[in-house]
Amino acid sequence: MSEHDDHDHGHDHDHDHPHNAPLTDVQLRVRALESLLTEKGLVDPAALDALIDTYETKIGPRNGAQVVAKAWTDPAFKQRLLEDATGTLADLGFIGRQGEDMVVLENTEAVHNMVVCTLCSCYPWPVLGLPPIWYKSAPYRSRAVIDPRGVLGDFGVKLPEEVEVRVWDSTAELRYLVLPRRPEGTEGMTEEALAALVTRDAMIGTAVVRVPEAAR
Amino acid sequence: MNGAHDLGGMHGFGPVVAEPDEPVFHAAWERRAFGLTLAMGAWRRWNLDMSRSAREQMPPAEYLATSYYEHWMFGLERLLVEHGFVSPEELARVRRGEPTPSSGPPEVRDGVQDGALRPESVPRMLRNRRAARVDDPVPPKFQVGQAVLTRNLHPQGHTRVPRYVRGRRGVVAIDHGVFLFPDSHAAGEGTQPQHVYSVRFAAQDLWGPDAPARDSVYVDLWDDYLEAAP
Repeated sequence: MSEHDDHDHGHDHDHDHPHNAPLTDVQLRVRALESLLTEKGLVDPAALDALIDTYETKIGPRNGAQVVAKAWTDPAFKQRLLEDATGTLADLGFIGRQGEDMVVLENTEAVHNMVVCTLCSCYPWPVLGLPPIWYKSAPYRSRAVIDPRGVLGDFGVKLPEEVEVRVWDSTAELRYLVLPRRPEGTEGMTEEALAALVTRDAMIGTAVVRVPEAAR
Repeated sequence: MNGAHDLGGMHGFGPVVAEPDEPVFHAAWERRAFGLTLAMGAWRRWNLDMSRSAREQMPPAEYLATSYYEHWMFGLERLLVEHGFVSPEELARVRRGEPTPSSGPPEVRDGVQDGALRPESVPRMLRNRRAARVDDPVPPKFQVGQAVLTRNLHPQGHTRVPRYVRGRRGVVAIDHGVFLFPDSHAAGEGTQPQHVYSVRFAAQDLWGPDAPARDSVYVDLWDDYLEAAP
């Protein structure tokens, strides 16, 4: 903004309470840009609605959770997924924008994988949807590579020293999905019930999958 | 460029705080900023590397003080002016939050240009593979298992080598095949196709002897970023 912003209210962006607050400068700015581009015939607001709806209601971490549950219950699928993630995910319909070239990283007793994008916010949209704020923010992007065990601590995860932590910095167009470990005590569960246990954070590698006490 | 976006290894930003049951967007304007960015990208006047490069032009103090979709807005506004979709005067009005003088209500859409993204094209647009991976038969310069050094380069333009690996020694772990080169692609200077590798850096080689001995960081790097380690 700087030289262009002659308002005197600075960065008073009330992101958490958008409903009752007066319009802030960024809200007005986005609205003004949309009206300008619409006026010029460069955008169709209905296309914006369709884009937004896709990521609010259709593409999200439940996609990835299905993949994980299937890998836990079908060894041949898991093998294909690890060898050719892009093709195997495409067979399930999970392809496209920000998931063009996929790699699946398997967490084991010996190795824990965790994914970051230190330079921006690269993230596997077709399987996880759009990234959460913490993934895009400075604390995670700065610290995931230099202190991954400390970051895991922020998420309540403490790994034994002998576990090797591998952090994957998504600096190119490869997109990474972590295949978390299947928790003990889930032997009799259906694929659907397993998918319900898998969290977004476990597929980024900042969490492990746990079985809720009630389900034990 | 050595910008504020290159955050890996910095201290002082505090703990990572996850928001329980986080919504996909946190405000109506974030939805529209996201939609505008993708919809204008569909004109294909710029590529993803140009978009990233445009966001990286935000002054460092401003970058760190603003949220993710504000970075997107900054980049989009810049690209719209650079590519002649919006004049500098129009952008100045937008940045003051002023509506377009001749603007009618948003539901008046009979003037949408050919080439603008339409709602019925959205699913196809999102499924299409963009061409970051290319088929050019370029031989790899390095082999899996080979020790490499990340070249100590500090280009003023866009690059995808984080500062924390420059000049550091790693080992090629995976050869992912041939991709466009972002440094030239962002500058509109051609695709310069070359191999991308996941290079494994031992945490102690990056962060010193206090880092856990077994831990490592894998960074995806292009041929031109690397040289053989002596």
